[in-house]
Amino acid sequence: MKNALFVGIAGAFGAIARVWMGTIFHSEAFPFGTLIPNLIGSFSLCFLSGGAIRKLTSDESLQTAVTTGFLGSFTTFSAFSLETVELFQNGQHLLGIAYLLLSIVGGLAAGLLGSSVSRKKVSV
Amino acid sequence: MTFADLAIIGLGGGIGTLIRYILALKWNATRSLPIGTLFVNWSGSFLIGFIAMLNLNSLWTYFIISGIAGGMTTFSTLNKELVILWKDGKRKIFFFYLIGTYSIGIFFAYLGIVAGRLLAP
Repeated sequence: MKNALFVGIAGAFGAIARVWMGTIFHSEAFPFGTLIPNLIGSFSLCFLSGGAIRKLTSDESLQTAVTTGFLGSFTTFSAFSLETVELFQNGQHLLGIAYLLLSIVGGLAAGLLGSSVSRKKVSV
Repeated sequence: MTFADLAIIGLGGGIGTLIRYILALKWNATRSLPIGTLFVNWSGSFLIGFIAMLNLNSLWTYFIISGIAGGMTTFSTLNKELVILWKDGKRKIFFFYLIGTYSIGIFFAYLGIVAGRLLAP
């Protein structure tokens, strides 16, 4: 119950942070407002899950709140799906393919980088 | 953006995050296919496409699209799970999860748009 409460509250702040960052990186031409929080969030989650979170706090419900709650909600898959369909429906096929590839490859690269930085800098 | 907008985004985001958390607890298998995450990313994609077509006012749009659909779906957890599957050498599940999430997720957003257009006033 304590876990669920923490996760829910952290998720609320994650969503607000996502929208706020989305307005900073907003662009009419390309969905940077979604892509950038998604990449930052993927890096951060893999960095923290790789060991850094245990250095920050030993409270497991606080760890879950930061990872599953805040960072899970800070990133989004639904906006990505919708924006991809919209790019293709607007006839912007090249931008659609670029968005798809940047998300898939960029997300994996951000995740791998986060976990390798975590292994090198934290677990030692 | 007003304080009310931010509050309603937070409320929706909290609800969406709880849905994801509960389904992940129930359905995500350890070191195998994370069915809970897959399910929220698919259904959230349908939801966002559907709601985007209904032309609701901005408060409802913030609540459901930025809040609930944004909070219940996740990109960071998806990539964390993919990295773990790859590092564990579960290459078949890795590719199945990657291709399944993206292809069917995008298709569900499209289906949501089609359904929303049918019902839009």
